[in-house]
Amino acid sequence: MRPRTRIGLLSGGIVALALVGVGWLYFHHGYLPQVPGAVVVNATTQTINQGEYLARAGDCVACHSTPGGRQFAGGRAMATPFGNLYVPNITADDETGIGRWTSDDFYRMMHTGISRDGTLLYPAMPFASYTKITREDSDAIFAYLLSVPPVQQQNRPHELRFPYNNRDLLLGWRALYFKQGEYVPDPMQPAQWNRGAYLVQGLGHCAMCHTAINVLGGSSESKAFEGGMIPNQNWYAPSLTSNREAGLGNWSLKDITDLLQVGISHRGTVYGPMAEVVYNSLQYLSDKDVEAMAVYLKALPQRDSEPLPTSSAQLVSPNVMELGRKVYAKQCAMCHGDEGRGQPPQYPPLANNQSITMSSPVNSIRMVLNGGYPPGTKKNPRPHGMPPFSHILNDEEVAAVVTYIRVAWGNSGTPVAAAQANDLRKLLPE
Amino acid sequence: MNVLSAACALGISAAASAQDEALPAFKTLDSVEARVQGCVTCHGQSGQGTGNGYFPRIAGKPAAYLYNQLVAFRDGTRTYPPMNYLVAYLPDAYLREIAEHFAKQRPAFAARQETKPDPSVVARGATIATAGDHSKQIPACVTCHGAGLTGMEPGIPGLVGLRPPYIVAQLTRWRVGDRRAAEPDCMKRIATRLSETDVFAVATWLSLQEPPRDSSPTSSNLLRMPLACGSQR
Repeated sequence: MRPRTRIGLLSGGIVALALVGVGWLYFHHGYLPQVPGAVVVNATTQTINQGEYLARAGDCVACHSTPGGRQFAGGRAMATPFGNLYVPNITADDETGIGRWTSDDFYRMMHTGISRDGTLLYPAMPFASYTKITREDSDAIFAYLLSVPPVQQQNRPHELRFPYNNRDLLLGWRALYFKQGEYVPDPMQPAQWNRGAYLVQGLGHCAMCHTAINVLGGSSESKAFEGGMIPNQNWYAPSLTSNREAGLGNWSLKDITDLLQVGISHRGTVYGPMAEVVYNSLQYLSDKDVEAMAVYLKALPQRDSEPLPTSSAQLVSPNVMELGRKVYAKQCAMCHGDEGRGQPPQYPPLANNQSITMSSPVNSIRMVLNGGYPPGTKKNPRPHGMPPFSHILNDEEVAAVVTYIRVAWGNSGTPVAAAQANDLRKLLPE
Repeated sequence: MNVLSAACALGISAAASAQDEALPAFKTLDSVEARVQGCVTCHGQSGQGTGNGYFPRIAGKPAAYLYNQLVAFRDGTRTYPPMNYLVAYLPDAYLREIAEHFAKQRPAFAARQETKPDPSVVARGATIATAGDHSKQIPACVTCHGAGLTGMEPGIPGLVGLRPPYIVAQLTRWRVGDRRAAEPDCMKRIATRLSETDVFAVATWLSLQEPPRDSSPTSSNLLRMPLACGSQR
């Protein structure tokens, strides 16, 4: 199909979807909350504390604050494939924040993605996940937000390209990708699993990155947690349902909770966007909640849809292997060991590490180019870091050493081309 | 010919040792040395700098200055993407520990590169650095950065050992408003009074100076400064 035809079809499709969406919105029951909410204005300390904890679990601060800026005052530019969104002020300021909202308004926004004034929210706000949280938890978060110092700061209008600046299109998006409804516990599963599912699917909004986003900016429920590139950040969010990627089926619970809460584990370490999640959110969760998340994540169905690469796909030319081995011995072995065993948990193992061998080499190449520090957390306040090598190694050397760690020591990865290293070198680290 | 090959050999061995200083190496896993390996490929094992003139020597700079920079990189108030990325999720206490670690280091200075700069450029640089320019209301560098240009506690960095690409880039960033310090931002006032030629001249003169025997910063109470600086509070 010629590209122009595809775009034409796509635009037609969007308009048709918008019409379907209009119908859906008018006739679908229950998009406004039916249950009157609690009187949040008299919230108790206990509720506010609970709200603060839940706001941490939802990582609200990561998007609704600018680095070094006032908490929850918004203003942060969020780059999307469709243009820049500017995150709103959610402090209790009467004019520019949510000071005049009621708990009903707040719950409707969380539950349906419709703002107080009836505006449809862009799905950069993870309402497709937050819809799962309970009314009680929504009220507690709202009570907490009202209790933080109000900041007067006007919201900045979004800068989305045509046609995405037309919010009516969101009706179509919602019809396709949004399923409204609080989390319904699975009676066949233990309470701990259900608590983990509630946190992972709801406040944790893990699917926002760990489910691939398609050309319409939506993610399909049938592909939940199957991984994908994070738009505009140039990191790969690995699949949580594949043991070839970040599937946790054969991890111990302790390694999973360490990865989530401490940031380092005997199996791997978090960097980049996941380091942000651990730093701002997961490190503050109780051991009990993190363990519940781990139980749920470990039990996710493993769909090893992707077969192991064939031995011919793993073939590496002897020259490349030798170059990779030399670079490794000189630059990497000090911390990661001659046999790639690392010095866990401070320096992660590279042998038998899914994040090294998974089919996308993006994260490994980025780490070699830019290095990285795991987040400094309550349980690991002084993390060990990896230096950048972009100024020391050329594209061939980067590709060779990444190839080497992907196939050495029985690892099941495939070789990497110098062009892939070059593509990532041209991007600024984020 | 002999002189030339000797010079080449020297150049190569200097480059090789600079390279080694940039390689990951430490003795004990649970140590600050091991933890700051993330810094060494650019700043060297002891913060002495590496072969690339843009990466600054950080060894021996006042701890509070280094800490301010790390916080500014983390919070995005100083922009250099490779640094912003590396320290994005590190807490204050750890950044202070890293700063104090490099502030304590006293590694040898790298050999100066033999250059033949234009004497008039050097003279202009010397004037600005040691006497200032009264007509443009530019105080001498030494009035705040110390007689030996080793910096002043708590917030003013030493300038010795910094190479022209770094000095020129920083002064230029200050001139155009990309780099800022705590208000009142004395360095901004000075940098905006410098011309491009002045910036180049100062950087050139600095690169010709013999390193001092003691590179420790001046104590904070020894000098009164001609301009108020927020970073000294």
